[in-house]
Amino acid sequence: MAIEVRIPTILRTYTDGQKSVEASGSTLQQIVDDLEANHSGIKERLVEDSGELRRFVNVYVNDEDVRFTGGLETELSDGDQVVILPAVAGGC
Amino acid sequence: MLKLDREIRDAIVAHAKRDHPDEACGIVAGPEGSDTAARLVEMVNAAGSPTFYEFDSTELLRLYREMDDNDEEPVVVYHSHTATEAYPSRTDTDLAQEPNAHYVLVSTREHGNSAGPVEFRSYRIVDGVVTEEDVTIQE
Repeated sequence: MAIEVRIPTILRTYTDGQKSVEASGSTLQQIVDDLEANHSGIKERLVEDSGELRRFVNVYVNDEDVRFTGGLETELSDGDQVVILPAVAGGC
Repeated sequence: MLKLDREIRDAIVAHAKRDHPDEACGIVAGPEGSDTAARLVEMVNAAGSPTFYEFDSTELLRLYREMDDNDEEPVVVYHSHTATEAYPSRTDTDLAQEPNAHYVLVSTREHGNSAGPVEFRSYRIVDGVVTEEDVTIQE
């Protein structure tokens, strides 16, 4: 299944500068693994060693934050769009 | 160096004073690749905290889609410190993920919600390295 994945500026070093790449999989976990297979190093920027999505990276499937749809287990269908956006956050 | 219109600079300061004692945050978008800070977008601090700020994730997506549609990028990412100096904290540095942005810090510690001068400083934050830069205000 072809899924469009929008890549934020800070991660485009892994995608030869491309703003958007295609990945395949029927869950977000499979998409992340497929991204890693083609863009080595990107997975570590998205997922903790424990296997959870990183707290300060937001991932959306069809405009819904995956924190509310099952995280990496979120299911995908052909034509869905995944958007990755780093959180804009900080603190003193 | 960051060049900023006085009007935008004043609006960022007003936002910071209004939200004090919580941290205020937002961006100034500009045409992609132009390094021109053109359009101020005040964001809600979803953390609602005097020591932390975070854009709401839904609003963050909406903002980035809007910028995408306009061929814009975040030229400035700003937030306020309400009890400390206008210098990026360890957390600010660790979480800075816009390598092309000017990170503007405003400190409201001296006058809070009241009129009076504020510290207004700008930085590049790339791979955890903070570099302060001059701010030039354009009339």
